[in-house]
Amino acid sequence: MRSLYFYISSILVGALFFAFARWLGNDYLFFAGYTVLQFIVLATAWNILGGYCGYVNFGSAAFFAVGAYSSVAMHKLAAGIDRYFPESLVGLAKMILPLNVPTLIILGGIMSGLIGLGTGYLTLRLRGAFFAIATLALAVVLQTLIVNWDFVGGSRGAYIIRPNEVPILGSYIQYLFLVMLVLSVVALATARIIEQSRLGYGFATIRDDELAAEACGVPTLRLKLIATTISGALMGMAGAPFPYYIGYLEPSSAFGLAYAVNSIAMPMIGGTTSWVGPLVGALLLGIIQQVATVTISSAVNLLIVGLLLVGFVIVAPKGIIGLVQDFMRERVSDGGRPTWRSRLAIFANMRPGAR
Amino acid sequence: MPVELLINAIIAGLLLGGFYAAVTVGISISFGILDIVNIAHPAFIILGSYIAYIVNQTLGIDPILTAIIVLPGFYALGAAVYQVYYQSFEKRGQDALRGLAFFFGLLFVTEVMLILVFGVDYRYVQAAYIEYTWHYSFMDLPFRMVIPCVVSLLMVGLLQFYLSRTFTGRAIMAVSQDQLALQLMAADPVKIKRTAFAISIATASIAGALLIVIQPVEPSVGREYIGRVFAICVLGGLQSLPGTVIAAMLLGVVESFTATFYGPSWAPAVSFGFLLLTLAFRPAGLLGR
Repeated sequence: MRSLYFYISSILVGALFFAFARWLGNDYLFFAGYTVLQFIVLATAWNILGGYCGYVNFGSAAFFAVGAYSSVAMHKLAAGIDRYFPESLVGLAKMILPLNVPTLIILGGIMSGLIGLGTGYLTLRLRGAFFAIATLALAVVLQTLIVNWDFVGGSRGAYIIRPNEVPILGSYIQYLFLVMLVLSVVALATARIIEQSRLGYGFATIRDDELAAEACGVPTLRLKLIATTISGALMGMAGAPFPYYIGYLEPSSAFGLAYAVNSIAMPMIGGTTSWVGPLVGALLLGIIQQVATVTISSAVNLLIVGLLLVGFVIVAPKGIIGLVQDFMRERVSDGGRPTWRSRLAIFANMRPGAR
Repeated sequence: MPVELLINAIIAGLLLGGFYAAVTVGISISFGILDIVNIAHPAFIILGSYIAYIVNQTLGIDPILTAIIVLPGFYALGAAVYQVYYQSFEKRGQDALRGLAFFFGLLFVTEVMLILVFGVDYRYVQAAYIEYTWHYSFMDLPFRMVIPCVVSLLMVGLLQFYLSRTFTGRAIMAVSQDQLALQLMAADPVKIKRTAFAISIATASIAGALLIVIQPVEPSVGREYIGRVFAICVLGGLQSLPGTVIAAMLLGVVESFTATFYGPSWAPAVSFGFLLLTLAFRPAGLLGR
């Protein structure tokens, strides 16, 4: 029942926002909204590994970029069908390519998922800090590979010419926005399903005490591999439509530290134990950044993110969700009857005492 | 000639490695000995570079001399950062996840602030020895590399002497092994750790000055060093300073070879690839515990 509420309300909220933005008729709203939605996906993906399992991933940008560059590679492939395919396959290739954005998202997800699995195999026998440092190293290794790979543009970058119009919706940015909206609902639903399943409890045991979990027979290595794969795949999915959004992709923008910082800061500020945390954090920070970019400057908005991250981990280690939880714990304990607050808490899977 | 090229590449690598030792020694103390994952260390190094740059531009003082003068400032900064870290994370037992995020945020904030103040232009310093190169038959010894290497090895040597011969130094080595035993020797673990962390940040002042002598610096250069310092630190066996020097020399030579024979655009991948492989196959380091 709670799941049904979740799906209905998230679809409703998404549809309402979309209708509102169309009614305003301002394409900028879609551009800004796309970025915020992208951060919701990234933050949720980071939280699956970082929040649930307690493994800090500093390489979010790498997974994001793998998704983006798999789209670029497919785009280049489609542009030069006659050159890259043998005679007999040209007809077939022309039927398939160019791929549409949802297919690219799935492809990007698979690529990043595989990278995530590989990282997991390579590093997850290491605990804590070593894993974090290894992900940082992974990002630089992948960036160097892309810089030296001429097919996708190397350090010069690659231009992606996107179609101006799509059928039914009209402008292309609205289409991208809608795709990202669906993707963010998928990401949130994934996180929510994980949280309520055996998998989620398994993850939590790893976070709380990995050695004890292993001693109790929790298959920790397998669970961690699942977590890195899902987390990586979602990040790649967030990255796949990015070249079409930005129009020109170069390694230093795709691997930018801003993605890594944001995808850590957002769950940390929102709260890491529930799917609501990354959502709240991404909405808050995403909107602040959009406003700050327009009104002040893009360097200052990164400074805001950094300062908020440092401030929150010192002052409110449980994030905004933790603050709200403390507030609700008081309310529920004195009444006993369910109030709107406790109903909200149950809905968001953050009722006092749970996890 | 290939042989001469080879020998020159080895010399350049050893000199570079000597400098890497200065960059890494701070991490060897904070991460290796104290178990504090200070990934913001490279940011402090860049801060040191910029201070050396400002003083060099305005007063014309030698960058390395500047670094020694501002050493107490960096020591105080390190003590302050440790105090915040201790109060907010270590004391509450939350150092793992949130401590990492804290240092990551610190790294990011420092970098963005430097960008806001100085922009992303490359900055460099002036000193008499930077231009000078000593030639011996086919070998080249650029003083731009020799001076940092010598200063770095001197610093590491001094630190090794301090850690192995003085009471506080031995207490620092002991604090990671047994805090209770340390308390029984009438030493306060928190105070010892604060001293050690402050020393580790103080080395960043010198390392920063050496960095800007070797190459022009801009705020995001520090990021390249994150992988290097941790690769060297892990390979060197975490707490051993001699191990750090050996690992630094090794990485320097490997990087120099890659740059000479494959091109400099592959150089960043070397150190990080090195780190990934070390972590995957030899997490205890070369000299292994």
